[in-house]
Order: sequence, then structure tokens, then C-alpha cells
Amino acid sequence: MLIEHPLLGPCDAQEFVYKGDACLIDRPDGMAEGAEAAFYEHVYPRDNPAGLHRELWFHEQGDRSWLVVTRNTRTHEIVKVELARDFARARGRGR
Amino acid sequence: MRYSGFRVLKEALTGHKGWQPVWRDPEPQAEYDFVIVGGGGHGLATAYYLAKEFRQSRIAVLEKGWIGGGNVGRNTTIIRSNYLLEGNQPFYEFSLKLWEGLEQDFNYNAMVSQRGILNLFHSDAQRDAYIRRGNAMILHGADAELLSPAQVRRAYPFLDFDNARFPIKGGLAQRRGGTVRHDAVAWGYARGADRRGVDILQNCEVTGFRIAQGRCLGVETSRGFIGAGKVGVAVAGYSSHVMAMAGLRLPIESHVLQAFVSEGLKPVLPGVITFGAGHFYCSQSDKGGLVFGGDIDGYNSYAQRGNLPVIEDVVEGGMALFPGLGRARLLRMWGGVMDMSMDGSPIIDRTDIDGLYFNGGWCYGGFKATPASGWCFAHLLATDAPHATAVAYRFDRFRRGAMIDEKGVGAQPNLH
Repeated sequence: MLIEHPLLGPCDAQEFVYKGDACLIDRPDGMAEGAEAAFYEHVYPRDNPAGLHRELWFHEQGDRSWLVVTRNTRTHEIVKVELARDFARARGRGR
Repeated sequence: MRYSGFRVLKEALTGHKGWQPVWRDPEPQAEYDFVIVGGGGHGLATAYYLAKEFRQSRIAVLEKGWIGGGNVGRNTTIIRSNYLLEGNQPFYEFSLKLWEGLEQDFNYNAMVSQRGILNLFHSDAQRDAYIRRGNAMILHGADAELLSPAQVRRAYPFLDFDNARFPIKGGLAQRRGGTVRHDAVAWGYARGADRRGVDILQNCEVTGFRIAQGRCLGVETSRGFIGAGKVGVAVAGYSSHVMAMAGLRLPIESHVLQAFVSEGLKPVLPGVITFGAGHFYCSQSDKGGLVFGGDIDGYNSYAQRGNLPVIEDVVEGGMALFPGLGRARLLRMWGGVMDMSMDGSPIIDRTDIDGLYFNGGWCYGGFKATPASGWCFAHLLATDAPHATAVAYRFDRFRRGAMIDEKGVGAQPNLH
């Protein structure tokens, strides 16, 4: 698989480490009320769709950036790649 | 249909024209007491044991394609019970005991071959870990034997014993482990279930569950609605997809695992061997092909095919252990979709919906578990209580922090 890195252009997927569903970006507040249940939902259950899946890839053998890759799990076709930083900021995260 | 030596002889002399299909192709009835979703090894075994051991009737198995066309036909056929943890080892030992009596039990030749499995180790620390695992196995009534390098060399003289990085320091053998003809497992269970009145409904895809007031009343299928007293889902690989129709989110990701077969060779590998310094395992099929595999590709996939980097990784492991492998040509390779659970262990449990039961999360160890999985799931469906060897395989273990994490890697499905 080739991942179209937003900064570096096409990169071999072997340079990356797969880090799972992009929902992991939305880490719950550990100090909030009901944090235990929120962390259970965060860590264990997954949508695991057969089709388009947003997932985290870490460019460990490259520029060490984190990407959010939208990929079809039925065909392995990659339809969108964005920096995880931009993705998180668009969801209201400050950093 | 009954099999006998006389029948084989008679058919041989009359052109094999008298063989009949060994299970019926019935029309779905409006309602059953038990509907099993998934006509793979686990679903068929569940139906078989429900009918035979738990004396239940009015059972149907629903399969979207043809029976045995999923992972029971796509695995590397190994059976073993060399687990470490309390929640796992008794279950897999129960399964191995069922394998040992399986062919007599369902009167079908599944070619169960207890040729032994040997886990090689390559360092002192790994030897200590394997001794601990062997002791755990023996304490649970399984067999385990620590072999010295000389003993390993006697059985497998062609391995790379003096590899500079990963010298072979010995191995943990389970002599009762081995291989089974995987398709025959599905066929044997299907035949046995059919003869006890189970309706095996092929080309019958479940498209939804009918749920009212927290109770599952039946399933919507491509062949119409089928009412059910209890519905058991055993569709590993597609568990998340099917259970999402009932509104459930599972602690499971689907990943692709590749497997490989070489051209047919003369007998060279007497048993199953595994490499301790990388992920590579290999056995020789009765047709002579070297059957081998390694890690999953590591990303979510329903594609039933993998990519080249993992092939390279598996073959590198193979060459480090077994240099002669490089002279064999690869004949076939394929991928299967694995239910990778968050701790690497399975789930056999009721769901929050009355009358809906779940069996899945087998990671890539589902084949060896087939008989015990079927038995324990049948036990749960028939009695509403978990079987003694499967009490730990519950949904709520993740919430309670009671994971069964054989590898100790945490909630990382692609690392198990």
C-alpha cells in the first residue's frame, strides 16, 4: 500500500506503524465524572466497519508525523490522508 | 448415508454413481427453537452438540454462502493446547480431548493426525518462559515435554541450529498436538447435525435481527423472516458486522491473516514446528505441501487478501529457521479475516438482548477450538449457563479489567 503523505508525497506503508481507529484521538477527560465508563468506551469497543475506516498511521521510519488515513477495509483503497494534527484541531482540540 | 468398506468396494465397481449428498437442502421453516448464524466449523459444531449432547431439537444453521467456505476452509489446520493462562488452558485442553475422539464420535474421517507440535526456543530467558508454560500445561492435565537441542536435532536435522543470532537451544513439545483435515471437520459436523434433524440452510444471509422489548424474536434473512427461541451468532471475522445489526459494538477488530502452501514434497517435516524468535510456523500436509504462516498484516481488513511486506517477513522467519525452505516453490497463498479481540482471547457469552448469544473473537486460534467452542456454545444456548471451561470468556471482562491476555500486550488487536 502507498500512503499519500500530505507533506512528503507517496510513502510505502511499511514506513508506518498502524495505530488503530482514529476515534482514539478523542481521549476522554480522566478527571471528569464517569471517567471509568468513558475510558472503557474509548479503549475497547470498536465500530470495525466493512468499508470506509478512518485510522491512525504513525510515520515511524519517516518524519514521525501521525496521519489520519481514510481507507476502504474491503479493498485496501486509500481515499483520503490528512495530518492527525489538523484532524484533531478541526475537532476542537487545542494541540 | 452410511459409510462402510463394502460400500466403497461396491461403488468402486459401479463407477461411483451411487453416492448421495450427505446432508439435506431443506426449505426454511417459519420458526425454530435454536437458530445458529454462521455455517462454519463453530456454528456446525454448536448445532451438532446441541442436538447430540444437549438433546435439543428444532435447530437451524444459517449460512450466507456454502458451509465451510469461510475460515474453517482457510486456516493452517493445527490443533494444540499449549496455553499458559488459567482462563484459556482448560478450554483448549477440553478441545484437544474432543479432537482425539472426534472421528469416532461423528463417524467421519477428519484425518486427525497427532504428529506433535514443537515450539522452539532460542535464548535462556525464552527457555525459562517455556518451562513455565509447560508446567502450566501439565498442571491442567495436558502433556508437555522439554526437548534438548540434541533431541530436536534427531527429529529435525535440517533446521539452522547454529544460526548466529537465533541458535536453537531446545523446544517445548506437545506430542498430542498435530493437524486435522479442516474441510472434513465442517463436513463431518454438518453430516452429524443433519442426521439428527438440524436444518442446514445455505445461501441464507442474515440481514437483520427482529428485536422487541429487549428480546430477540428471530432473524430477517435473504430467504425471509425466521423466528427463533434463541439465536446464536458464530460468524468470526464478520462478528462486528453482524452484531451491529443488533445495535452492539464489540471489543473486536477484523484483520487479515495470510497463509502459504509450497509445492508437494516428499515427507520432510514429521510434525508442526514454530520459530521462537520471529513469527513463523510450518507443517507438511498429507499431500506433501509445506503449510506455513506468521503474523497478521496488522491493519483492519475484510479483504481476504494481504500485502507483500508480511509475506517477506514470514518467509524471512522461515529461512532463518529452516533454510531448505528456500528451495521449495510457493504454490498458493491466501488470506482470511480474523476476529481480533482486544486481549487475544475469545468471547462465548449472552448479550444484553434476551435470546441473543454470541461466539467470536477467536483471533487466529479458532480452528483448534472448534469442538470445544461448539460444545461450550451449545451448553450456553441449552442451559443459559457457561460451560465450566468457558466461564472466563465473557463480554464484561474488559469492563472489569479481567483480561485473558496470553501475550501481555494490552488492548492492541494487531499485536496478539
